[in-house]
Amino acid sequence: MGRIVLDKVTKSFGDVQVIPPLDLTIEDGEFTVFVGPSGCGKSTLLRLIAGLEDVSTGQIRIDRQDATMVPPAKRGLAMVFQSYALYPHMSVRKNIAFPLRMAKLDQAEIDRRVTGAAEVLNLTDYLDRRPGQLSGGQRQRVAIGRAIVREPAAFLFDEPLSNLDAALRVGMRLEISELHERLKTTMIYVTHDQVEAMTMADKIVVLRAGNIEQVGSPLELYREPRNLFVAGFIGSPRMNFIEGPEAAKLGAKTIGIRPEHITVSDSEGPWSGVVSVSEHLGSDTYFHVHDTGLAETITVRADGEVGFRHGDRIHLTPRMDVMQRFDAEGLRIA
Amino acid sequence: MATQHSRSAARLMMAPAVVLLLGWMLVPLIMTLYFSFRKYLPLRGGDLGWVGFDNYVRFITSSAFWPAVQATLMIVGGVLLITVVLGVVLALLLDQPMWGQGIVRILVIAPFFVMPTVSALVWKNMFMDPVNGLFAHLWKAFGAEPVAWLSEASLPSIIMIVSWQWLPFATLILLTAIQSLDSEQLEAAEMDGAPALKRFWFIILPHLSRAITVVVLIQTIFLLSIFAEIFVTTQGSFGTRTLTYLIFQRVLESQNIGLGSAGGVYAIILANIVALFLMRIVGKNLDA
Ligand SMILES: Nc1ncnc2c1ncn2[C@@H]1O[C@H](COP(=O)(O)OP(=O)(O)OP(=O)(O)O)[C@@H](O)[C@H]1O
Ligand SMILES: [Mg+2]
Repeated sequence: MGRIVLDKVTKSFGDVQVIPPLDLTIEDGEFTVFVGPSGCGKSTLLRLIAGLEDVSTGQIRIDRQDATMVPPAKRGLAMVFQSYALYPHMSVRKNIAFPLRMAKLDQAEIDRRVTGAAEVLNLTDYLDRRPGQLSGGQRQRVAIGRAIVREPAAFLFDEPLSNLDAALRVGMRLEISELHERLKTTMIYVTHDQVEAMTMADKIVVLRAGNIEQVGSPLELYREPRNLFVAGFIGSPRMNFIEGPEAAKLGAKTIGIRPEHITVSDSEGPWSGVVSVSEHLGSDTYFHVHDTGLAETITVRADGEVGFRHGDRIHLTPRMDVMQRFDAEGLRIA
Repeated sequence: MATQHSRSAARLMMAPAVVLLLGWMLVPLIMTLYFSFRKYLPLRGGDLGWVGFDNYVRFITSSAFWPAVQATLMIVGGVLLITVVLGVVLALLLDQPMWGQGIVRILVIAPFFVMPTVSALVWKNMFMDPVNGLFAHLWKAFGAEPVAWLSEASLPSIIMIVSWQWLPFATLILLTAIQSLDSEQLEAAEMDGAPALKRFWFIILPHLSRAITVVVLIQTIFLLSIFAEIFVTTQGSFGTRTLTYLIFQRVLESQNIGLGSAGGVYAIILANIVALFLMRIVGKNLDA
């Protein structure tokens, strides 16, 4: 069981309030991702839940029990740190066994669980190595192994993939998702990478300056962002925002259209502009279009075969049914 | 080739330093070896020629030799133990955020800047004097009989004085080592259910092992040859005659340079045995 409730939780460092009053419920078994720009308080929030940081006011409940004053070890949560925080002088086996040793389990049980975790994580061949002799991805897996042997009520991950290269990151992303499928344990995952958030989460919590901007499933956030911030943060490349008469026509202060919801053509379309840069990714092509009279740049995603080049004048057709409208406060008009 | 050129240029540039250092070490060493095989009594006939291993046999069979070796090892061992243990404790305390941290740190380091002679004199006269010393006053305040430190507990007294001098060095090195410990490791251990004492034992202490090794090795080198502290306090009496002090007495008090030189060679051998021993126990920490 791992239902975590934050009730009017705040956190201040000295005079600076990093987390204003915040309410959040994380259901048992859910994969929740905290996402937001750097310095918005994601790590702080995670550390509050872990108990590594004391809340200033408010209450944290884990499985209906008030855990606000409970020390980290007693909360039944396991954390994977960004730096992995492996114990460098212990072998992989000892690293993974450490929490079990601290819990004074008998040796047979420790061996059984360590072997089990090593199999799940493909670490069997490395059990007798030191962390210093492992690659980044293997270290990451040891850190996860150390977390899973404890059979915690919930896992906390703080940007666990940010030290890995792009290819490995994709692989580990899948592995963590698979792990979640298998264990069905609550996971809270912090990242500033919206792709990780979109691909892994059951529920995304978008944070800005300690405030929750929106909570919802990846598709909800993609389709119905509550405000300009969420609309700009979720989705890659970023949503195009257009202000002025074009927006006023639709009765909004700002309108937003995602790059993938615009079609390009060389002859017809309501908008037109000049291609400044075209990025060919093979499967897709991104055009950065200038001189549209709408916004500084409009980004458009087209098929990989579309071959406009720098300086070409092209025409754009937005899909009106997915056009987002925002009012003067930046809130989405439903 | 450029690298070849620069390498030979480098050799040329280093040569003076190497020659100087070699001379610096070799000349005294060879002179010591030379004199250790001669009967040389400056005030009683001067250089009286070769005597083979006579000096070595006399030095090692003298009743003062083994007690001197023992005193040396006791002082080195005692000071190492005290400085490492207290050094770790002090480093842990100094690492805590506290008010006036900068000043406290400077105060802790200060003893290291006091010359050994001065510090030994201060200890002898201000603290350990059985009539006027601060300890005597303290003992009296509690109604106890003052202890004549340097005669009744001479070896512990010297160990105390020398530890006081070397504690800052140990603390400083261990403090920097503690500060280099990744705080996430401690947090991970905390979440893994390790209470403070176990975090110390399983995380902090292994992290410090290398720094402790360095402290032990460096201190040993200097502690094997302490002299001033003994000279100004007990003059080698009451079981505080170390090997260094014994050699000093042979050469200057008995005016027997040959015998002293033989003692010097024994001191070199002892130092190497201790070094070998230490390298065995702690040296492997330096490999990892
Ligand atoms: N110990 C601390 N003392 C004072 N301020 C702190 C402390 N820890 C964090 N902060 C502040 O709290 C804010 C949130 O920090 P936090 O580490 O939670 O950001 P984050 O969202 O994890 O950012 P990133 O993506 O860069 O890791 C920052 O403005 C930071 O300066
Ligand atoms: Mg962070």
